[in-house]
Amino acid sequence: MANFDMSAHVRRINRQDRIATGVLVSIAAFVMLMLAAIVTYILVAGAPKLFDLNFLTGKPQQFKEGGGIGPELFNSFYLLVLTLLISVPLSLGAAIFLSQYAPDNAITAVAKTAIETLSSLPSVVVGLFGFLFFVLYMGWGFSIIAGAVALTMFNIPILVRVIQQALEDVPRSQRDAGLAMGLTRWETTIHVLLPAAMPAIVTGVVLSAGRVFGEAAALIFTAGQSAPVLDFTCLDFSSPSCPWNVFRPAETLAVHIWKINSEGVVPDLTAISNGTAAVLMVCILAFNILARVIGKYLERRLTSE
Amino acid sequence: MALMAKARVERVGRGATGACIALVALLVVTLVAMVAGRGIATFTADGIDLGSFLTGTTWNPHQEDASGMPTVGALPMIAGSFSVTLLSTLFALPIAFGSAIFVVEVAPRFGRRVFQPLLELLVGIPSVVYGLIGLTIIVAWVRDAAAAMGQTITGFGIFSSAVVLAIMVLPTITSLSIDALAAVPHEYREGSYALGCTRWQTIWNVVLKSAAPSLMTAVILGMTRAFGEALAVQMVIGNAIQMPSGLFTPASTLTSVLTMGMGNEAMGTVYNDVLWSLALLLLAMSLVFIVIIHLIGHKGAAKHG
Repeated sequence: MANFDMSAHVRRINRQDRIATGVLVSIAAFVMLMLAAIVTYILVAGAPKLFDLNFLTGKPQQFKEGGGIGPELFNSFYLLVLTLLISVPLSLGAAIFLSQYAPDNAITAVAKTAIETLSSLPSVVVGLFGFLFFVLYMGWGFSIIAGAVALTMFNIPILVRVIQQALEDVPRSQRDAGLAMGLTRWETTIHVLLPAAMPAIVTGVVLSAGRVFGEAAALIFTAGQSAPVLDFTCLDFSSPSCPWNVFRPAETLAVHIWKINSEGVVPDLTAISNGTAAVLMVCILAFNILARVIGKYLERRLTSE
Repeated sequence: MALMAKARVERVGRGATGACIALVALLVVTLVAMVAGRGIATFTADGIDLGSFLTGTTWNPHQEDASGMPTVGALPMIAGSFSVTLLSTLFALPIAFGSAIFVVEVAPRFGRRVFQPLLELLVGIPSVVYGLIGLTIIVAWVRDAAAAMGQTITGFGIFSSAVVLAIMVLPTITSLSIDALAAVPHEYREGSYALGCTRWQTIWNVVLKSAAPSLMTAVILGMTRAFGEALAVQMVIGNAIQMPSGLFTPASTLTSVLTMGMGNEAMGTVYNDVLWSLALLLLAMSLVFIVIIHLIGHKGAAKHG
């Protein structure tokens, strides 16, 4: 201790601090560069197909070149809409119950554990359950509806967490004011909490839509891996070529990429997978931007009123 | 009269939201029960020994071993799953922690406005797209790098899968770590600065230490995701069902064997039952991860509270 050189120590810890800051900044820069590289690569590699109308609307080919992704594109969006139609009300109800009503007892604990379990389950396990229960046991076959229910299970934990968080972020004083005015809990939730939480909820739903849109593992055994050619003039809801028939098999964009790569028989495999990946990427980017724009817009509208 | 109506609305609201959560819980319980029921059939109905299933190193369900039972040693896949999970976590960890520290401690404004939205985009990229990038870029890089060193390999294997998975779990670990670091009370940092510590000393000795349990949770959740990822891994691991002999030889994981095999085998055959046992193993592992997270939470609470 006698010859402890204070200024040398200070120099040393300051140097350490500068080095550490430098390392941290370069790590963050590396991550951003990597993301930029990935997104650019996908868009550039798929660019020739991305603006090709024949590719976007044409029907897929099994053994020939020049196949399109028309049915897959439609299936992806249709499946997304159906999934959201089922999962949003269900998650909204579950989240409202958990944040407003849930009694502090064993049943609530079980429900919370169930949602937590669902959130950490591999999506392939969710897909296999969907195959076992909806496809085989319920007899729905490989179908859009089986896929939508499987995706709902995949989506619920994400949505419940987002909505619950949004409801709990509303200042407590607003809820107390509602209750003090003689509103019931339900009325407070519907008329006070939900409007205040709406921007965050909508942002969360749109972001989750992006996740659902790109999911494939839960779908290969539920919505199936085949895309019947669709006839948009067909209104016979039991026909497999009727686009709106929920009991027809429906391959999505993400499943298409996986399938053609694991089969490997299409001659222009690389061009088609790159093109499909670019289409997926553009949609995901759109969902991300949309989520932010809508969230901002709702926030402005709701706070200016 | 009005009060009666209010009470009824309240009851209906409570009942409807309660039904949502009950339905979700019921689905999860059904999932666990059905997958477990199928998975156990291998051992109860087909009479395969659990020990030889877990420790057997040869997977060849269509061939019978000395005792007249199908050879279904799952150890190659179990080893493969754990190897890719651990290796990918190892790759992702320094980068994830580094970026989280950068966001919380070095550039909070930039972090919140630019870095975190980018991270969300990285989460949104579909896993098949990551698989495609792995297939077309990373596998080729690994092959070329080996060729430059005079080795001839395919590029498929545990190493390439771990790189792909590392990119995929990076945003998960990073955003949870950001939450963990941001939850450390500001007084802790101010106390450290008041004692004359540099920023790095504060981060290293105060922030990281007090956030350690939550950081552990972030890592485990990342591992859960890596363990359960199916399609991206299946596309780059090479799908050779043999004991992993090195990082650069084709291998397989529980998820890759499941996605490849499930479509090919009829329900009720021994091979199909064994696949369900693999699914049960996946399910059990994700339950184990949840238990670990809870144990960490309790330990952290005991230490701080």
